[in-house]
Amino acid sequence: MILPVLIVAALLGGWELYARSGSVDDFILPAPTEIAQALWDDRGLLLDNLRVTATEVAPGIVSALACGLLLALAIHRWPALRRALYPLLVGSQAVPVVVVAPLLVVWFGFGIGPKLGIITLVCFFPVVVTTLDALAAIDPDQHKLLRTLDASSRQRLRLLELPAALPGALSGAKIAVAVAVIGAVFAEYSGSSAGLGNVILRAIPELETARAYAAVALLAALAIALFFLLTLAERLLVPWARRDTNRRSR
Amino acid sequence: MDTQRTASEAAPARTTENAVRLDGVSFAYPPARRGGPTPALQDIDIAVARGEIVAVVGPSGCGKSTLLDVVCGLLEPDRGTVAADPAVLMPQRDLLLPWFDALDNAGLALRVRGTSRAAARQRAAQTFAQFGLAGFERSRPHELSGGMRQRVAFLRTLLAGKPVLCLDEPFGALDALTRAEMRDWLAGALEREPRTTLIVTHDVEEACALADRIVILTPRPARVAAVVDVDLPRPRRVTDPALLALRERALEVLAG
Repeated sequence: MILPVLIVAALLGGWELYARSGSVDDFILPAPTEIAQALWDDRGLLLDNLRVTATEVAPGIVSALACGLLLALAIHRWPALRRALYPLLVGSQAVPVVVVAPLLVVWFGFGIGPKLGIITLVCFFPVVVTTLDALAAIDPDQHKLLRTLDASSRQRLRLLELPAALPGALSGAKIAVAVAVIGAVFAEYSGSSAGLGNVILRAIPELETARAYAAVALLAALAIALFFLLTLAERLLVPWARRDTNRRSR
Repeated sequence: MDTQRTASEAAPARTTENAVRLDGVSFAYPPARRGGPTPALQDIDIAVARGEIVAVVGPSGCGKSTLLDVVCGLLEPDRGTVAADPAVLMPQRDLLLPWFDALDNAGLALRVRGTSRAAARQRAAQTFAQFGLAGFERSRPHELSGGMRQRVAFLRTLLAGKPVLCLDEPFGALDALTRAEMRDWLAGALEREPRTTLIVTHDVEEACALADRIVILTPRPARVAAVVDVDLPRPRRVTDPALLALRERALEVLAG
């Protein structure tokens, strides 16, 4: 517990010294104390917008989790789909969100629709990859066992593949959390009336850089909170996966 | 040598009540990346009468597991015919599903056949005490000892309700002490609930303790080297001189 505190203190201290030394203007890089001040002064504005962004990111991750899981199950079941879809999925990750975001705004308006779309787009891929890995790791003898008990392929999906895939999907979602937050900011940049991305978008031309950094600090806190929520979900939903990693590391 | 016969003599003797009958069965695994196909079984003739316990013994890697896969219909032989009553396989490892507790794992076959979860659990629970598993109904697989896991796996196999049991080295993963304990337990369980049983093992002593007949296979590709009748009363003790003599003879055949 002491070491992380020391590391953070050292980083913030170094930052503070650098920002106050006068080598950069404070509208380029505000000092941590200024950011803390902005966090406190604008707390009403920031919290309202944090709520907006959180209600985009959380459902966005759930949506990415669901889409990624379904896609992975489909690809796993029909190998032909792997050849057809995989290059497309990888390619989709190279599409810069800024390019497609306006299109989504045209399609879905300024509401939560395009934000969900963008967050899903940037987040589903890690879920697909980790879920496919989890599915591939199923012991072939496990399939054999269910076949000898006369399980249909639908029953094998329900009793074996889905529970085996779930831990993979959840760890994919954990990887995707950071990207989800960035996706939300981009989505708000392309058309929004609120949200932390919107706050940053407005603060920078006003040279309220400290407020923009305060919004960034909250985005980071949001990502951390979501990461821990997903860890908690893992513990509750797939306790056996945790057990397995423990055993392997022992 | 009166109890030793070749397979071709042994097979026709039990035609009427056969639960399993293999005639001239051959199987080869398709070629891996390089090289030709890997032959696993060659001209196997085995007949198992209803209610009979037959042990299949052979050197490791000779194709014993393949033989059970063929009997259970998981593999189609390349040549020869298989006529078998519905058979269920108990694989070498317990393969309990980690997301289910002991009751759910034991009742897996019932659920697959359409029984509700509650009914499957209830049905499994009725047999738990008899299997020495009372008090562990809600335990997850990782909380059970190796012997208990194996008993849950065996219960799962029994509850599949098929007339033929194919047990693939059911105690292979256990330590020697648990292994001996489980062997005696299985002998008792099969006495209480008789089933046609094919049990694959590389342990000749285990085969002598459990089986009515022992089929000895050659190294890969497996052929039937000899069939040994085990005419010993039950319950058997592995220290019984008659059993020891039988074991010696089987080991001699196995050594070639």
